[in-house]
Amino acid sequence: MTHPEQGGTVSERRNRSTLVRLIVSAFLMFGFGYALVPFYEKLCQVLDVNNLNKQDNSLPLNTQVDRSRSVTVEFDANLHKLPWNFKPVTGSMVVHPGEVVTIEYEVSNTRQNAVTGQAIPSYTPSAAMQYFQKMECFCFKQQTLSAGEVRRMPVAFLVSPSLPKDINTITLSYTFFEVPGATASVPARDASTGAGG
Amino acid sequence: MAAIPGGADHAHDHDHHQPSGIMRWVTTTNHKDIGSMYLWFSFAMFLVGGVMALVIRAELFQPGLQVVDPDRFNQMTTLHGLIMVFGAIMPAFVGFANWMIPLMIGASDMAFARMNNWSFWLLPPAAILLTSSLLVPGGAAASGWTLYPPLTVQMGIGMDMAIFAVHILGISSIMGSINIVTTLLNMRAPGMTLMKMPLFCWTWLITAYLVIAVMPVLAGAVTMILTDRHFGTSFFNAAGGGDPVLYQHIFWFFGHPEVYIIAIPAFGVVSQVIPAFSRKPLFGYASMVYATSSIAILSFIVWAHHMYTVGMPVAGQLYFMFATMLIAIPTGVKVFNWVATMWRGSLSFETPMLFSIGFLFLFTLGGFSGLVLSMTAVDIQLHDSYYVVAHFHYVMVAGALFSAYAGAYYWLPKWTGHMYDEKLGKLHFWLSIVFFNMTFFVQHFLGLAGMPRRIPDYSLQFAEFNMISSIGAFGFGLSQLVFLVVVLKCIKGGEKASAKPWDGAEGLEWTVPSPAPHHTFETPPVFK
Repeated sequence: MTHPEQGGTVSERRNRSTLVRLIVSAFLMFGFGYALVPFYEKLCQVLDVNNLNKQDNSLPLNTQVDRSRSVTVEFDANLHKLPWNFKPVTGSMVVHPGEVVTIEYEVSNTRQNAVTGQAIPSYTPSAAMQYFQKMECFCFKQQTLSAGEVRRMPVAFLVSPSLPKDINTITLSYTFFEVPGATASVPARDASTGAGG
Repeated sequence: MAAIPGGADHAHDHDHHQPSGIMRWVTTTNHKDIGSMYLWFSFAMFLVGGVMALVIRAELFQPGLQVVDPDRFNQMTTLHGLIMVFGAIMPAFVGFANWMIPLMIGASDMAFARMNNWSFWLLPPAAILLTSSLLVPGGAAASGWTLYPPLTVQMGIGMDMAIFAVHILGISSIMGSINIVTTLLNMRAPGMTLMKMPLFCWTWLITAYLVIAVMPVLAGAVTMILTDRHFGTSFFNAAGGGDPVLYQHIFWFFGHPEVYIIAIPAFGVVSQVIPAFSRKPLFGYASMVYATSSIAILSFIVWAHHMYTVGMPVAGQLYFMFATMLIAIPTGVKVFNWVATMWRGSLSFETPMLFSIGFLFLFTLGGFSGLVLSMTAVDIQLHDSYYVVAHFHYVMVAGALFSAYAGAYYWLPKWTGHMYDEKLGKLHFWLSIVFFNMTFFVQHFLGLAGMPRRIPDYSLQFAEFNMISSIGAFGFGLSQLVFLVVVLKCIKGGEKASAKPWDGAEGLEWTVPSPAPHHTFETPPVFK
């Protein structure tokens, strides 16, 4: 394809050099596509975005807390014919209505065999009951303690912001009752087999 | 061979040696032959992709599942997108470039005639790969044309075929673009400076640079998918520490310039047609060049507006929102320039002009819905809804396709030597514009009401608009056959076309006889 007439070779050479430059650019851009991978990784690191190991602080905040009021909550523990030790870890605390609070009760079995118990809550004044909302409680199900076991059990609750103004102290009292026969035959078994009450 | 700038008798020698029959087309290095093949190929793919669109619209005619199962439906949306973008619109404009650029700048042929032949003949294998993937076990790629992982990392062999098809189409368009850039930079007639080139050449120069810059990035992205699928890499596979969102960033770094790769040559065609039928030179030539260049440059820095919902920081969303809105400025310059070209012009409304005005009107509408989508807060509601579908069909169909029709009607006399049937052409235009709006205008409402795209079924409240849209789609599809009739009639015969059948047309392409002889400008013309 050499055509010396009319300077064909000159224009062919020019075309060829343009061709080479454009092909090189195309290959460079192919590499650029791959270079974007580490580039984005670095960029995300520097800007601290897309960091999957970071703690998610975007959990919804409780905006219903009424910080203008304080309510004293007292915790009480009773046993009904049960050879256990049962007491709140904290005796009482001051909370704001709407605030989610977690406290713990401690229970231990002094008997030499497994015992199943069921805790029943009660409130003083009893009018406070409908404003006292428990999210988590050991009283939601029967508790089976093996011989000599000690257990800490949480209660998560909030006092509703609509609590009447005249109630300033609420006493939460639990009474543990033995669930007879629930663990008599099969001590290790969970309380789910037990007959209710 | 055809690139030889020798005397006329020299070229005639070659004519005698030319193979005949099918081998003439397989071995041809003539830019006009190759241009015609590109145009026929793209029209064939347009019909194939159109049939797929009609399958989609048939399924969506009524709520519930009637025509295809959901998996096939997803394959239809995917292949429709890939075929229309890479198989129909892009090759159509490459066809225009092949035919018209040498004629417009007074060159005898494209710079690399043999490579030109290759870039065309890569297209049919890619088309076969794409369409035949419907028949393999598991069916064709069904991830949407954007080929997002993790779906694309999981699918069957149809996905591999789509990836290879994209590779081949990419190589083809890169080679075509290299050819166009070289031709435009080195082979202009003496006296034709860059700022004297017809605007169609300018738009293609910019487009070709865009193709060379971003098609390799797409090739890289799909290669990463391929190695994730088969070679144990984890670019996008979250189980191996990869990130699917990374793909979206890489894809849209290609994808947004790609939108302009489709639109900018369309601007070029319209910039040739509107002055011709306004009988005035193009208003603001230099500002058109600068506006087109700024659109091209801006297209590289706005990609993430396609992915506002991936959870990017607010600062990122604001940046991409404002950068995207910035594009409205150069685009506005272009629209006002076209309107100003028509202002006080001696207008006549032949089919090319009708399609150009249709383009101007509907493309601007699509631009406005794009501006709506550029707003992050709005886009989060509209993301992946039919509003987006309506938006990009306004810019792709009413934009690129209408412009391609304008160009085809404008240059048909030059290509065939006959005038086309003006009555049929006008019928084609009016059917197209009515059915187009019937199909896509209602989709704005569907999107605003919350209908998601790429789902084969929908809630009952969307039923009426979908039925209207489907009827429009079938009408639009059938009206395109009118164009086929016009072209066939025009090739067979009709009123003889003079060298310059449009009295307002300007440019070197109108100095050669109609039909343009096989070899033109073997001695470069003198450009005043």
